[in-house]
Amino acid sequence: MADAALKQPAATGTEPVLKAHDLARYFDVSPPFLNRVIEGAPRQILKAVDGVSFEIQKGRTFSLVGESGCGKSTVARLVVGLYTPTRGALQFEGQNIAGLTRKQMVPIRRKMQMIFQDPYASLNPRWRVVDIIAEPLRFFDLTSGEAATQKRVGELLSFVGLSPKDGLKYPHEFSGGQRQRISIARALATRPRFLICDEPTSALDVSVQAQILNLMKELQRELGLTYLFISHNLAVVYHMSDDVGVMYLGKLVEVAPARTLFVKPRHPYTKLLLDTIPDLDMKGEERAPVAGEVPNPINPPSGCTFHPRCPFANDRCRAEIPQPIAMPDGAKVACHGVEEGRIPA
Amino acid sequence: MTDSTDDIIVTRSLWFRFADGLRRFFDGDVFYSFRHSPVIMVAFAVTVLYFLLAFLAPWVAPHNTYDVMTLNLMDGFKPPVWEAGGDPRFLLGTDDQGRDVLSTIMFGARVSLTVGFLSVLLAMVLGIVLGMVAGYVGGKTDAIIMRIADVQLSFPAILIVLLIDGFTRSVLPRGVHEQLALVVLVLSIAFANWVQFARTVRGSCLVEKNKEYVQAARVIGLHPALIMLRHVLPNVMGPILVIATLGLASAVLTEATLSFLGVGVPPTEPSLGTLINVGSDYLFSGSWWITIFPGAALAVLVLAVNLLGDWLRDALNPKLR
Repeated sequence: MADAALKQPAATGTEPVLKAHDLARYFDVSPPFLNRVIEGAPRQILKAVDGVSFEIQKGRTFSLVGESGCGKSTVARLVVGLYTPTRGALQFEGQNIAGLTRKQMVPIRRKMQMIFQDPYASLNPRWRVVDIIAEPLRFFDLTSGEAATQKRVGELLSFVGLSPKDGLKYPHEFSGGQRQRISIARALATRPRFLICDEPTSALDVSVQAQILNLMKELQRELGLTYLFISHNLAVVYHMSDDVGVMYLGKLVEVAPARTLFVKPRHPYTKLLLDTIPDLDMKGEERAPVAGEVPNPINPPSGCTFHPRCPFANDRCRAEIPQPIAMPDGAKVACHGVEEGRIPA
Repeated sequence: MTDSTDDIIVTRSLWFRFADGLRRFFDGDVFYSFRHSPVIMVAFAVTVLYFLLAFLAPWVAPHNTYDVMTLNLMDGFKPPVWEAGGDPRFLLGTDDQGRDVLSTIMFGARVSLTVGFLSVLLAMVLGIVLGMVAGYVGGKTDAIIMRIADVQLSFPAILIVLLIDGFTRSVLPRGVHEQLALVVLVLSIAFANWVQFARTVRGSCLVEKNKEYVQAARVIGLHPALIMLRHVLPNVMGPILVIATLGLASAVLTEATLSFLGVGVPPTEPSLGTLINVGSDYLFSGSWWITIFPGAALAVLVLAVNLLGDWLRDALNPKLR
């Protein structure tokens, strides 16, 4: 199923494809104007993403993990331009893309596509699959003539393991996994270099998840794609990623190469997350229960936002916001305890 | 894997889309539910009959009631044929001017349906555009459009129409107003009814715009207007169709009400409402047919269209299937 035309030069892994610096996005979730005036309710700002910095190297997969509501998907939407950042810089292949207008974004959007979470909502129910996949081709005028478009759609469909004949069907005639394949085919239509995958498998059965993930890895190898991969499933993240960023309440608490992070987690939150993965040799021993829930991001805790749930928190953690510190093995951790060496390994 | 590139079907060709649309319609749930409810088939037939009779009136009506030369005052107040003194030339009798009631009903329905149809079409276009803009853009634009809609909704439609009519009457010279009466009527009924469309479209638009297929279109970089037209509009068309059908009935009624009150169409182009109005003067003098027949015609038309609208609402509602 190799498609020579889709291929790009092999990955080098040195130049960053995407660079985010101090990226932030706040949402105004205040009650309506009338309520504010009459009830005297204050303005409320939700800091969905609050100062996130990371780099993604060419041909690699960078994953963001974290609990629901930690801002993972917001980062994805910021990168792809569905939201404009409140603060911070975003560079794609060395070019600033934060706060560009729709027209300025058009040439960049060709190189950057997104795969969505819910394959039941990401395909227009009233369009045929051919037209869904051909939409980016037609918009960017990538093929000459209708016959060429249809031929290319057929190629894309077989590329993701479907039959070109499936193009004449409607989305509801496919299963979740097949729909996600259609989404991938559509995302690949413009021959992008960078794919943002927002929980691409969380709506699928476990067996189908594996198929889609393997397809994505295969595509990465063949086409030299770079992935920003969003997931809350740590097993999936371990399987897919080269580098992992752990997010908590809109902030990155730890960024490390995948192997380092899973073998030697440093931040207490990362440890807690990894502890929740069930394994087969548990032998009935007691597990440390996950203490508490994610606090309300409208009114986050002072200092380190993780301190109410952290077993190692002290007065400094309650007062001072920790900054990321680089570790000798390439990891970056934002934790006072790690800095002071009072967290047991 | 079959790479049959020879038999590529060009799905964008107009003919393919048309034929495919028809095929899908006749295979679809809506047509099935239509085939299985006799009441709706009758209502549909009645509505189609009205439209046919109304628009073919100049050719099928027994008399041309606009042609003053054919009228004879001596034929006035003739009862229907089955009554004593009925004239076989006038099936449903004649009015005070000697006009054939059956023919005036056909010509009247023509005016009523034209006004109703055009005003609903205009209200629909206005409502869809404003509702989409409000729903998609959101924020202040949304607030302004919807507050205007709310304010307007707090007035009865008939009041708004009377207001616009009265305003144009005082602004335009008398002769001009007579000529423009139909246009003013269509415009004012449309202005009174756009709110329903706008609210529905806005609501559906708010739901659809957060769906991932709309986001996917945004990720490509499609212009918002194109996204609304290609992605959102087809998915909100169902409820719009229902409101349009029910709106047609209420627009016909509004027009009839206005004409009955004497502020609608000019007496030279009588609509069903005008006919009822004219006939009501003679109701107690025994000439009941002048007002009863146009009234019944109006009631049957509105009933049929309303039945169609109700059925369409149920047929298009996935929760009731």
